[in-house]
Amino acid sequence: MRARVADPCFMIARQHIDNRFATVAPDQIAEMPTGAEVLIHALVAEGVETIFGYPGGAVLHIYDELWRARERITHYLVRHEQGAVHMAEGYARSTGRVGVVLVTSGPGATNAVTGIANAYMDSTPLVVITGQVPKHLIGTDAFQEVDTVGITRPCVKHNYLVRDAKDLAAVVREAFHLARSGRPGPVVIDIPKDVSAQRVNYSRLDHVSFPFSDKRTPLDHEPAQRALQTILNAKRPVLYVGGGITNSGAGDSLLSFAEALRLPVSPTLMGLGGFPSSHPLCLGMLGMHGTYAANMAVAESDLLVALGVRFDDRVTGKLATFAPQAQVIHVDIDPANIGKNVAPTLPLTGDVRQALDQFHALAQQQGAERLQESIQQRESWWEQIRGWQRSQPLRYAGSQNQIKPQTVIRELHRATKGEALITTDVGQHQMWVAQFYPFTRTRQLITSGGLGTMGFGLPAAIGAQLALRDQLVVAVVGDGGFQMTNQEIATAIQYGLPVKVLIMNNGYLGMVRQWQEMFYDRTYSEVDISVAPDFVKLAEAYGAAGFRAEKPEELRDVIEAGLNHKGIAVMDIVVSKEENVFPIVPAGANARDMIVQ
Amino acid sequence: MRHTLSITVADEPGELSRIVGLFSARGFNIETISVGKSLDPRWSRVTIVTRGDDRTIQQIVKQCERLARVREVQDVTTRPHIEREMALITVSARAGSERQEVLSLVSVFRAKVVDISHTEMIVEASGNKEKVDTFLELLRPIGVTDITRTGHIAINRLATREETPLAEEVGV
Repeated sequence: MRARVADPCFMIARQHIDNRFATVAPDQIAEMPTGAEVLIHALVAEGVETIFGYPGGAVLHIYDELWRARERITHYLVRHEQGAVHMAEGYARSTGRVGVVLVTSGPGATNAVTGIANAYMDSTPLVVITGQVPKHLIGTDAFQEVDTVGITRPCVKHNYLVRDAKDLAAVVREAFHLARSGRPGPVVIDIPKDVSAQRVNYSRLDHVSFPFSDKRTPLDHEPAQRALQTILNAKRPVLYVGGGITNSGAGDSLLSFAEALRLPVSPTLMGLGGFPSSHPLCLGMLGMHGTYAANMAVAESDLLVALGVRFDDRVTGKLATFAPQAQVIHVDIDPANIGKNVAPTLPLTGDVRQALDQFHALAQQQGAERLQESIQQRESWWEQIRGWQRSQPLRYAGSQNQIKPQTVIRELHRATKGEALITTDVGQHQMWVAQFYPFTRTRQLITSGGLGTMGFGLPAAIGAQLALRDQLVVAVVGDGGFQMTNQEIATAIQYGLPVKVLIMNNGYLGMVRQWQEMFYDRTYSEVDISVAPDFVKLAEAYGAAGFRAEKPEELRDVIEAGLNHKGIAVMDIVVSKEENVFPIVPAGANARDMIVQ
Repeated sequence: MRHTLSITVADEPGELSRIVGLFSARGFNIETISVGKSLDPRWSRVTIVTRGDDRTIQQIVKQCERLARVREVQDVTTRPHIEREMALITVSARAGSERQEVLSLVSVFRAKVVDISHTEMIVEASGNKEKVDTFLELLRPIGVTDITRTGHIAINRLATREETPLAEEVGV
């Protein structure tokens, strides 16, 4: 265990701010502003205070304006564009606000694509502004030219190539509207260099309007009533809840509805925190690495109430045998999610919080007797569930001489009193976090769910830390994922964002190794990454503090020391090398094929 | 089953590729596609013929409706409608019996001769898919050397259009 105190955390760019230039007030703008000025003005009007970005040739005009507006909008200079987008995701997902990114053309845009696709899969509101070569060079294979609109088209809600600066204000307004309305997601605005330099006649933003409305529709009374009656009559129901709980702010509504009818709740990975994990009604996560009880309950259920979920294959396994006896009520804001993988008995397009509140209000009109009767008819269901929970709880074998990864997460939970905001990459460590860190509130876990992006955790933590300065933010990462974006420690140092990084270091690409062990006859093909830097020294080289635990008796002290360190701390926890995540439902199988250990 | 979708989308650069890209990315099949302005020139109408069971078609419709610049997606197949396709066919037509045979087929199918040389003709045929297909099949043994087809366009029959106020259709 080693530590280093010198931490240039607060050595930030602000010291170098030059006050020669006046900043642009939102109500003061030049008579014939440039496209860049209009852009900044429009961003300020949207309430943007934070931008993550990386400059380059095509966005020089914009960066010039951004410097003048630096007292209104703080720009965070990252070390790689992927980091910028993940930071914006962390910022957006920890607060519910729209994350904003600014990158240059060509490689700037392509580096951002992973983050954009990640945000698209996990329904995260982002506006990503990319520079583009000047209009007259578009299509000529110009320096740093790439068809950004074409490349990002399949992974955005919408994107724009702005051909005239007079459209910019309207484009920005609509982009923000699209990013946060309905099912949130990323929107890309591609701005050619000459458009950001173009002077336009521009008066006020208030007059900007656009004809495209939010397609959100409220639940009708009749189907809502039918849904409630189906729930009341169900003998073996499960509430299957996902990221939609977070996005619609339905945490409290879910809790009170589930408690009112004593309904079992199982969150997806994206739904963790949407319902308190330690609540007696919570069965734990379902799906590939879900709990035995949750998966068995879904398999045996007669009613699945799917709220803000999309029946991902990591949840359902083989569709044909997923919840075979269950009727399905599916509530989602995105009509295309309904019926995509599973045809529901009762499809309800709408906002999840609104729907839950409607169900709850209707339930209260039923009278105490009807509710009591409904609760009573599920008593044997609860007995069955308790049986599954007792027979196969989450468990793992302890060890005297090796640190078990599951113990690390439990220790982290203890040391943080369950209060930390956790971000993760993807893989084994992510599943152990999902299993062994009970989340109690929405937005407490920020993880790469749909896309499964290694390298997400650290930059996402930085973005969240920046939004929530007083919150303890811990990035739990693997040694593989950490090395994909570890350069962002420099960003955290530059802006004094005291994130804690906990590396679950097993020298392997652990999840891939597990699959090779279980399904490919232990052929460990290209998963050994034990040739790695000394992460403590690496942390120190960046100016962060580094700590390492190699033996079980060091674990507690290292975690305490890392968490208590005032600045950025990297905890390198060397864990048992060949630990597997259990239970596991093999891909394309179902709950009955679950391997528990 | 074959379905004809009529998609009303803003007439802006790149919007067609958004629709086409969605079809390929999600593994939906496009049998024919045709695009043109609608009554209101700010909106284009894209007619796509695709195949799939009801659930697939529903998914296609919903996915298309998610696009920010798509105003409406109609499965015209579910209602009485008229479908047309045009084909330009280059066919061997040497003077004599061959040319006579082509001309008689042209007359039966109410097609048109639009160009002629010593050895070939270009004929224009229009109608529904079956008619154009049959015409082509009958010409093939004579010697077809080139074909270009427009893909389908479709419009709802008048009886059902009465339900829709004109203003809404215009989209203003």
